Amino acid sequence: MTAREQKRLPISTGSEWTFELIQAYDREISRLADRYALDTYPNQIEVITAEQMMDAYASVGMPLGYHHWSYGKHFLSTEKSYTRGQMGLAYEIVINSDPCIAYLMEENTICMQALVVAHACYGHNSFFKGNYLFRTWTDASSIIDYLVFAKQYIMQCEERHGIDAVEDLLDSCHALMNYGVDRYKRPYPISAEEERRRQKDREEHLQKQINDLWRTIPKGADKYSDKDNARFPAEPQENILYFIEKHAPLLEPWQREIVRIVRKIAQYFYPQRQTQVMNEGWATFWHYTLMNDLYDEGLVTDGFMIEFLTSHTSVVFQPGFDSPYYNGINPYTLGFAMYRDIRRMCESPTEEDYRWFPDVAGTDWLSSIKFAMSSFKDESFILQYLSPKVIRDLKLFSILDDDQKEDLLVPAIHDEDGYRIIRETLAAQYNLGNREPNIQIYSIDRRGDRSLTLRHQQHDRKPLGDSTDEVLKHLHRLWGFDIHLETLQGDHVVKTHHVPPRGEHSEGDYGRLDLAVIHL
Amino acid sequence: MSYVIDRRLNGKNKSTVNRQRFLRRYRDHIKKAVEEAVSRRSITDMEHGEQISIPGRDIDEPVLHHGRGGKQTVVHPGNKEFTSGEHIPRPPGGGGGRGPGRAGNTGEGMDEFVFQITQEEFLEFMFEDLELPNLVKRNLTGTDTFKTVRAGISNEGNPSRINIIRTLRSAHARRIALSGSSRAKLRDARDELLRLKREEPDNFGDIQEIEAEIERLIARIHRVPFLDTFDLKYNLLIKQPNPSSKAVMFCLMDVSGSMTQATKDIAKRFFILLYLFLKRNYDKIDVVFIRHHTSAREVDEEEFFYSRETGGTIVSSALKLMQEIMAERYPSNEWNIYAAQASDGDNWNDDSPICRDILINQIMPFVQYYTYVEITPREHQALWFEYERIAEAFSDTFAQQQLVSAGDIYPVFRELFQRRLVT
Repeated sequence: MTAREQKRLPISTGSEWTFELIQAYDREISRLADRYALDTYPNQIEVITAEQMMDAYASVGMPLGYHHWSYGKHFLSTEKSYTRGQMGLAYEIVINSDPCIAYLMEENTICMQALVVAHACYGHNSFFKGNYLFRTWTDASSIIDYLVFAKQYIMQCEERHGIDAVEDLLDSCHALMNYGVDRYKRPYPISAEEERRRQKDREEHLQKQINDLWRTIPKGADKYSDKDNARFPAEPQENILYFIEKHAPLLEPWQREIVRIVRKIAQYFYPQRQTQVMNEGWATFWHYTLMNDLYDEGLVTDGFMIEFLTSHTSVVFQPGFDSPYYNGINPYTLGFAMYRDIRRMCESPTEEDYRWFPDVAGTDWLSSIKFAMSSFKDESFILQYLSPKVIRDLKLFSILDDDQKEDLLVPAIHDEDGYRIIRETLAAQYNLGNREPNIQIYSIDRRGDRSLTLRHQQHDRKPLGDSTDEVLKHLHRLWGFDIHLETLQGDHVVKTHHVPPRGEHSEGDYGRLDLAVIHL
Repeated sequence: MSYVIDRRLNGKNKSTVNRQRFLRRYRDHIKKAVEEAVSRRSITDMEHGEQISIPGRDIDEPVLHHGRGGKQTVVHPGNKEFTSGEHIPRPPGGGGGRGPGRAGNTGEGMDEFVFQITQEEFLEFMFEDLELPNLVKRNLTGTDTFKTVRAGISNEGNPSRINIIRTLRSAHARRIALSGSSRAKLRDARDELLRLKREEPDNFGDIQEIEAEIERLIARIHRVPFLDTFDLKYNLLIKQPNPSSKAVMFCLMDVSGSMTQATKDIAKRFFILLYLFLKRNYDKIDVVFIRHHTSAREVDEEEFFYSRETGGTIVSSALKLMQEIMAERYPSNEWNIYAAQASDGDNWNDDSPICRDILINQIMPFVQYYTYVEITPREHQALWFEYERIAEAFSDTFAQQQLVSAGDIYPVFRELFQRRLVT
């Protein structure tokens, strides 16, 4: 003990931070991270005020975004809850870009700054660089450029076509934003240079294609072939915004470009929505490991460590299901527990671990954990690595709520029979495909009224939420003609939505009204 | 290597545009809320912003998501007593096992969206489209007062404003420009003369020729005038209209027995609106409170609104007092005079024509605007009808309106000060 105390040469003793101190901590943390060979983008650490943090919040984490009222709404609500003390601001925001931009709040103590540097600049940063979803679906080096392009383009459109026209269009696109992603097909990386160069060509080319699809000049009678009456699209389309961009009959080229921008940004955020547990867990695991290393080397004081542990514990606190603070499973807790558990299984495996995880137990923990980080998304990560021990520690259990039954059922708890069921249920819970209704574009009526038909494949009789009709109105605005939504159970249509509603449709009123707004 | 950047100084209000977009989109809601606030607020209470709340459903951004119902299985932490296969009664309100936890994380369940607008924005919404009548006309284009300000240098002007430095500088430049080539030739000629005298002292012909040349050049240089008329520069002074930025507001109120406290409160709100409105347009505002029953008195604000009097009503007493104060303290070429009169319409019948005379002859020609509000649910009396005749004579500067409840003030106020086109 005394020997260790003598070695202690802390970097700082007070709680105030300075730029030199942040740099000093960053240097040490970076040295320690190198020991674990964490592969990161270069870091750009930006110190900002609380007000700027609220700005960053409002733009949903984009360092610069186009103008839209909904961001103003976010800002107002954040500002209100913050100034009234109902909510603290996050200590940091980190952006998946190259260099990786991390925002630090000036209110933080030096301990919090060090924690944030470890968490964001080495944890999240290495996740962005390492995880396969981010590697394939986003291009960190070009996102800032692309956002600049998007912002400028939308500003130009506002100048040319009026703020209202652009705002209406963006409203409609935002309503369908979650359906603007390719879930399986790898998209082309976005690059601002390329976009600008090709945008003009694309406008002309697209318009030509659309005109072709909607050609109304009658062909010769003999040419009326099967091909012409075939269902279009041939396969159901999951990316609704993409379909709108390519095939909506009445959109102007600039409107298609804006649809495309919203779609591209949705795609950029898609991996983040799929890796919440893994990403936060990874960052938490590394700030915990790195800060403990700092302490072991005597670089930080006991007081520093206690402050760190206090914040760390509150970050990974998981209230029970019956707590008034309960709001679902805390992704920090779950992710942190799982990475820690993988390390435990490697370093001190039990008999149970050998049974459940023969590939993991007793191997090198660093390479195992890195493999886990790089090759999965939340759903598959949980399916692969959620161990009986973590299930027991968190006392996980499942509840089946069937609206046709009187009671709730507990299908499984944290026992030998339940582990697998819990694991599968929890994994499914993180499957975006389950969380969002499965709605795809089924067909369009090319030769008739040009209506667009969507199909919702119902799963477990889960109904659509009550804002569905509103969303369909937005889709109607983009498409310009009637929209039908059929809800299917198996092959049976059980419910339909129509915009405009069936029976009230008189010639041209609904669609033209909205379209007029767009064209004005 | 990491870079640490201090961003605290720049880009502070990145969200301003988005915030404005939001206010713009919901301006109808906000305006309504502001209007309600104005009729609800106490008078001393105009110096801060307002909390606006908008129904959550008006502001939702719809997305496709699952609703409640169907079969949903959810994993929860912290099991205490459940065993697998156990049936448990559905908790009231669906607390425990409802929907996929994150389906509604986009702001669902907010009944009201509540936010704060600043006092400036509040007043902005309140005074939107309003313009002080004749403000521009009288103030900015009026010929009442001017001040002269320096506005650079001009080529024309009167001799007392000559700018000597600029004049001599420009003369100097002109002399250099006009005599430059002659001076160069003169220099060459003198060099040549020296050379001839030294090397060919006998060549008298050439020497004489060059001496003549030198004299000619010197004469030419001397012919360039030292000062020419177009060298003259004058300080330019221009007249700027000097808008008088002082306003005085006369508040006249009947405090006779027939005015109840509720009526006075309504009147008070009207005055405060007018005051705030003037405050935004003038640097300096004086307020004169005149209360009257059978006789009029100038009082302070507290007494004006809250002390009680009884007795009959002679409106002309107040008008006379106002006219005296105007003549004594507020000459109309220096002050913009506004007057607001509140009453319940009662007056001695014989007095009403006198009021009209005083107004038409001694007050109306000097004031920017005169408003009369009659706070009564009853029928109009003689005073109102006399005032109607004034309104005919001074349709631009005189307005009268009837108020019944506090909620009426704002619409009436707006109507009184509806933006008018300045001809």
